[in-house]
Amino acid sequence: MSSKVLRGLVYAGATITALILVGLVAFILVKGVPYLTPSLFAWEYTSENVSLMPALISTFLMAALALLLAVPTGIASAIYLVEYASETSRFVRLVRVTTETLQGIPSIIYGLFGLLFFTTLLGWGMSLLSGAFTLAVMVLPVIMRTTEEALLAVPRSYREGGFALGAGRVRTVFRCVLPSAAPGILGGALLALGRCVGEVAALLFTAGTVAQVPDFASQGVFALFDSCRTLAEHMYVLASEGLHVGEAYATAVVLLVVVMLLNVGTNAAVGRLNGRTKGDA
Amino acid sequence: MKEGLARVLFGAAALISTLAVALICLFLFANGIPAMAQIGLPDFLFGTTWKPSADIYGIFPMIVGSIYVTAGAIIIGVPTGLLTAIFLSRFAGGRISSLLRSGVELLAGIPSVVYGFFGLMLVVPLIRELAPGRGLSLLAAAIILGIMVLPTIITVAKNALDAVPKAYYEGALALGATHERSVFRVVVPAAISGIMAAIVLGVGRAIGETMAVVMVAGNQAVIPTSIFEGVRTMTANIVLEMGYAADLHRGALIATGVVLFVFVLLICALFNAIKNRGERS
Amino acid sequence: MLEAVARTRDALMGAGGVEEALRGLRAERGQESASKMSVIGLDLHYGSFHVLKDVSLDFPERQVTALIGPSGCGKSTLLKTLDRMNDLVPDCRVEGLVTLDGQNAYEDIPVNSLRRRVGMVFQQPNPFPMSIYDNVAFGPRTHGVQDRAQLDGIVEQSLRDAAMWDEVKDRLRKSALGLSGGQQQRLCIARALAVKPEVLLLDESTSALDPISTAKIEELVGELKRSYTVIMVTHNMLQALRVSDKTAFFLLGEMVEAGPTEDIFTEPVDPRTADYVAGRFG
Repeated sequence: MSSKVLRGLVYAGATITALILVGLVAFILVKGVPYLTPSLFAWEYTSENVSLMPALISTFLMAALALLLAVPTGIASAIYLVEYASETSRFVRLVRVTTETLQGIPSIIYGLFGLLFFTTLLGWGMSLLSGAFTLAVMVLPVIMRTTEEALLAVPRSYREGGFALGAGRVRTVFRCVLPSAAPGILGGALLALGRCVGEVAALLFTAGTVAQVPDFASQGVFALFDSCRTLAEHMYVLASEGLHVGEAYATAVVLLVVVMLLNVGTNAAVGRLNGRTKGDA
Repeated sequence: MKEGLARVLFGAAALISTLAVALICLFLFANGIPAMAQIGLPDFLFGTTWKPSADIYGIFPMIVGSIYVTAGAIIIGVPTGLLTAIFLSRFAGGRISSLLRSGVELLAGIPSVVYGFFGLMLVVPLIRELAPGRGLSLLAAAIILGIMVLPTIITVAKNALDAVPKAYYEGALALGATHERSVFRVVVPAAISGIMAAIVLGVGRAIGETMAVVMVAGNQAVIPTSIFEGVRTMTANIVLEMGYAADLHRGALIATGVVLFVFVLLICALFNAIKNRGERS
Repeated sequence: MLEAVARTRDALMGAGGVEEALRGLRAERGQESASKMSVIGLDLHYGSFHVLKDVSLDFPERQVTALIGPSGCGKSTLLKTLDRMNDLVPDCRVEGLVTLDGQNAYEDIPVNSLRRRVGMVFQQPNPFPMSIYDNVAFGPRTHGVQDRAQLDGIVEQSLRDAAMWDEVKDRLRKSALGLSGGQQQRLCIARALAVKPEVLLLDESTSALDPISTAKIEELVGELKRSYTVIMVTHNMLQALRVSDKTAFFLLGEMVEAGPTEDIFTEPVDPRTADYVAGRFG
C-alpha cells in the first residue's frame, strides 16, 4: 500500500476515535443538561420527580464502604508482595495469577457470586453491605496492582536509608516507602472509585434497586442491611423503564461529570508520583 | 514480635485475592454444575430452545450470541483501535497526542450504562431508520461494544508499539523506506505479540460486558440470522432473568455464568500464553 | 582553502549553482579525482549546541574514507548528515551544502531516494525481528521489487557480497535474531547492499563486535570498495589505518585535517592530529 494511503488510514482511525468521544459526550450533554432541574436533586425520591439525590448519596456510601474494605487489603497485599515475599516464591506467583484472573472476571460474575455468597449464604439480603463487599472484591485487584507499581517505583535508596537508621521493616515501609508511593496509591483508589461509581451488573442482585438512602438515623448500623441503588443503577432503571428519558440523560450527565473529575484526580495523582520519583532518581 | 505480626497480617491480606477467586469458583460451580447435570450437559450447551416456563434450558443461542456480538465488536473496534494506537505512538505530535490520550482515558472511565443508553438513544434509532427490524440488534450491540473495547485496545497496543526499539525504525528509514512503510512493515510486526494481547483483552472485555448489551441487543433467545435481528448474550441471559428465577431456572442461570466463566478463563490463559511468548522472544 | 569555501558559498548564492561551485572548489584545490559525495561549509546545530563547525570534505569515489577523533567530536553526526538521518533529531539545524554526484542532497534528491543511494550500517546490529530472507528483501520490496525470482537473486547476491551466503543459505527462513552479533552486523550490511546503494556509511559498525567478527567485516570493507564508496566512523586507529584510503580527523566539531590515510598517520600537518594519533598509539 502506498504511504499516502497508510497515512490516510492512520489519520482516519484517530479521527474516528476522536469523533466517537466528542460525539458521545456532546450528545449526552446536549440532551441531558436541560433536564438538570432542582427537582432532580430533591432529597426525597418520588415517582414524579425521579430525584437522583438518594442514588447519589447511596453511591457515595456504597463506594466509600467498598474502598474502606478494599484499599487497606489491597495495600497490605501489595506491601507483602513487594516488600516481604521473594519474587520467585510459589505463593507470590499464585497470588499474581489469581489477581490477574480476578481482574479479567466480568462484573456479572461478581454479581452472581455476591448474590450466592453475601446475599444468600451469609444472609445479608440485598443490601448496602452485600453490594459494598461485592464491589470490594471486584476492585481489589485494581488497588493491588496500582499499589504494587507505586511501591516498585520507590527508589531502593529510601529503604536502605530506613534500614541504615536501624528502623525495622514495618517502620521503614510506613515511614519511608509508603509516603512516596502515596500519590500512586491514591491514583489507584480513584480508579477503583470510578469502577464502583459506574458499576451496575454486580449490584443489581446484591444491593438491589430501592430508591432510598439507607436510614442510618433511625436504624443505626442495621441500615447497612437496607437495599439501595447507586447512580448508575438508577440510570439503568430509568432508561429501561423508558418513562423518564430526559431524567436518564441528566443522570448520564452527572455520571459523566463524576468520571471526568475522577480522571482529572487520577492524572494529577499519577503526575505527582512521576514528578517525585523522577526528581529523586 | 511486632515484625512477625506485620508479616503475618500482610501475608493474610495477600491471600484474600486468591481466596476470592477460589470462593467465586466454588460457589459458581457448586450451584451451576448440579443444574447442568439435571438438565443434561449436551441439552444445556447445545439445546437451541430456552423456555424457562416449560423447564427447557438450552443456552446454545446465548453462546452463539456472545460469540457473534464479540466478533462484531472486534471487527469494528480492532481496526479503529489499532490505527489510533499507531497514530498516538508514531504520528501524533505532543499536544494532539496528549489531548487524544486523555480522551481515550475518559472513554475508559465512562460507565457501561452510559454507553448502553447512548446506543439505545442514537445507534438503535439510526439502525431502525436504515435497516429492517426494530433497531435493537446484533449490529447495535457490536457497534457499542466496538466502541467500548477501544480504550483497552488503544492503551495496550500503544504501549506495545512504544516499546519497539528505535533501531528498527531507523534501520528501515536508512534503507530508504518512508515513515509509513517503516511503521507498518517493521514497527507494527515487531509489536505483534503486544497487539495480539490487546485484541485478546478486548475480546475479554466484550464477552463479559453486560449492561450496555442488554440495553441495545433486543435479547431474543434465538440464534439471529442477520445482523439486524436481536440477539441475547450469556451475560444478558443472567441479568435479565436472575431477578425472578427460582429452582432449576436459577440453577440454569448460574450455570450460564459457569460457561461464561470458562470462556473468560480460556481468554485469560490465551492472554498469558501470548504475553509469555512475547517476553521470551 | 577557507577562501575557496567562502567563494563556493558566494557561488551558491549566485546563479552558478552547485556544479559550478564544486568545479570551482576542486580547481582551487587542484583535485582531479571525482568525489562521490562532498560536504561544503557545513554547520550543524542541535538546539543551541554547535556540533559541526564549517566542515568541508570530499569523499572520493570507490575509496574508503575514515572519520576519526575523540568521542563527541561530531564525526558520527557528520555521517548521519550524509543520509539525512539527522532529520529525526528535533531541533537539528543543518546549514551548508551536502552533495551526491554533484547534486544537492538536501534539495535536489528526495530523502527516500537519497537514503536508498546512501546506505547506512549502525553501531549496534539492528536486524528486523523477521526472517533472514525478509531482512535482506525489505529494501528491494520497499523500492518496488515484487518478482519472486528477482528477489531471490538479490537476496543471494547481497548475502554473497556480505560474505555470509554459505553460513545462512540453509536457514534463510529462520529469524535473524538467532544469528550471532557478528553475523547480525554482516546481515545488516547485506540488507544495506540489497538496495544497490552507491555509498555505504558505517557508523562504528564493529565496535560492538568481537575481534574475529571485526576482522571479517574489515576484510569485507576492503572488498566492497571495488564497487562502493565507503565512509566509516571508527574509534579504532588501527582499523582506520588498515582499511581506509583517506582519513579525516575531527576535534570538537571542527575538521582539523584530512588527507591520504598514510599521510595523516605518518606526517600529519596539524600538531593536534599528531598528538591524537601518537597518543592513541603510544
